Amino acid sequence: MNAASSGPRALTLRILRSSPTEGIAPHWQDFHVEEAEGMTLFIALNEVRETLDPALQFDFVCRAGICGSCGMLINGKPGLACRSLTRDLGALITLAPLPVFELIGDLSVNTGKWMRGTAERLETWIHSSQEVDLTAVETPMEPELAEAIYELDRCIECGCCVAGCGTLRMREEFVGAIGLNKIARFRLDPRDERSDDDFYQLIGDDTGVFGCMSLLACHDVCPKGLPLQTQIAFLRRKMAASGA
Amino acid sequence: MDSSFDSSGIARPLAPVRPLPEAAARQAQAVPLRVRKSRWPARLDLLQSASGLFLALFLVGHMFFVSSILISKDAFYAVARFFEGAYFLAEPRPWLVSGVVGLVLTVFVAHAWLAMRKFPANFRQYKVFAEHKAQLRHGDTGLWWIQLWTGFALFFLGTVHLYGMLTQPELIGPYESADRIWTGNMWPLYLLLLFAVEVHGSIGLYRLALKWGWLEGRDPAATRRRLRVAKTAFSVFFLGLGLASLLAYVQLGIAHADKAGERYVPQRAAAVKLGELEFAVSRRPGG
Repeated sequence: MNAASSGPRALTLRILRSSPTEGIAPHWQDFHVEEAEGMTLFIALNEVRETLDPALQFDFVCRAGICGSCGMLINGKPGLACRSLTRDLGALITLAPLPVFELIGDLSVNTGKWMRGTAERLETWIHSSQEVDLTAVETPMEPELAEAIYELDRCIECGCCVAGCGTLRMREEFVGAIGLNKIARFRLDPRDERSDDDFYQLIGDDTGVFGCMSLLACHDVCPKGLPLQTQIAFLRRKMAASGA
Repeated sequence: MDSSFDSSGIARPLAPVRPLPEAAARQAQAVPLRVRKSRWPARLDLLQSASGLFLALFLVGHMFFVSSILISKDAFYAVARFFEGAYFLAEPRPWLVSGVVGLVLTVFVAHAWLAMRKFPANFRQYKVFAEHKAQLRHGDTGLWWIQLWTGFALFFLGTVHLYGMLTQPELIGPYESADRIWTGNMWPLYLLLLFAVEVHGSIGLYRLALKWGWLEGRDPAATRRRLRVAKTAFSVFFLGLGLASLLAYVQLGIAHADKAGERYVPQRAAAVKLGELEFAVSRRPGG
């Protein structure tokens, strides 16, 4: 057995650095780290920040693919740093901030601002004329239905689908898979009193479901494995029936 | 003595505010919650898909009919006369072919117009998408790019072909088509058209199935994989069939070059007559 192949790999993280507030133009910078057993990109980035450059900006909270903070372009593809094992990647790894979102600096982007705008635009909350009694026992729901809603509710708003969508890159007013998935989620919810006509008002045009060109990168890059392909197709059928 | 305050007129009592007319007041209060969104985006999306499906299905039939030259010259002759109504009318009517081509051309132009809505609208969009595609290296995103360019090529290639068939429907036959392809120098256009239309059609059908969620089944991921295989098989089969047919026409065109313009007369019709049906089939419009 070759001794060299059994040793830890020397990884090069080629990171797109920039800082709009400090006027630092985008440029690539290489960092070298030694690969460790089970190393994720999140761990590698922390090592860079702790040992090589404390000014490196990137976001994280949960380290477990739950918070959606560490989305970035990994070798050109959107993904979560905490869910990406370095052993699945080559020795040279390029990292860049997610496009579309407001750049804070280096790998850190403001996804929250975009998500908030989309939520307000698509009114992604339960619309009910019933007054909520916070002391009352919640109305029971069929377990299958609750699970179906939960399946779509697993979205962590990491922005990977947004960054992977060619349609959205071309036309920034497009709501993207995340917006359509949220509509699909509230459409399922029996507590939401909106009809398909109401949802058509929100997504029944070329900035909504009819703008989707079925490139399906959203589905393929989603780190949570959400069924975006089938949900968008389902919504298209419903909205076409509502609008035709 | 008047103070400046008094002389300014400010101290004068305000004139009574005239109320709005009743109708205007009602209108000002009635704030519409939302303007109803146009239904046209839904219709246009449906029309784009329906026209694409129609053209793809027409393409399948067309390729089989055209490839009848691989069986024999008489087989293709019979197919061509069939579409002129030779089997159910007193004599062949080429305008029937023009009618079908006119319909196809109309759907073709409508589909092109509808699909153009999805094209990059300016250089910024074009550049952003091209860079995105190169960076992402994602299969279906790349397929759309191929569909975009083959669709763009079809604007010109498809229109030339359809216009020829629309205006000269009687010149569809073994010698007539072969002469057009070889002596008429149409083979380069048909070669490009064949690749553009087969690739565009197969990707279009694949995307159509995913877009509307057809054939999803219990495992949409597995269905998508199967659809990709079917898409490739569709392309390969019809490209093979088309290339073989085109080669047959080219060979026939070369062999018939010194008699270019001569109309084809089926061998059986020249040898024997088998009643009225054979008579009708053998008659040539304008021949």
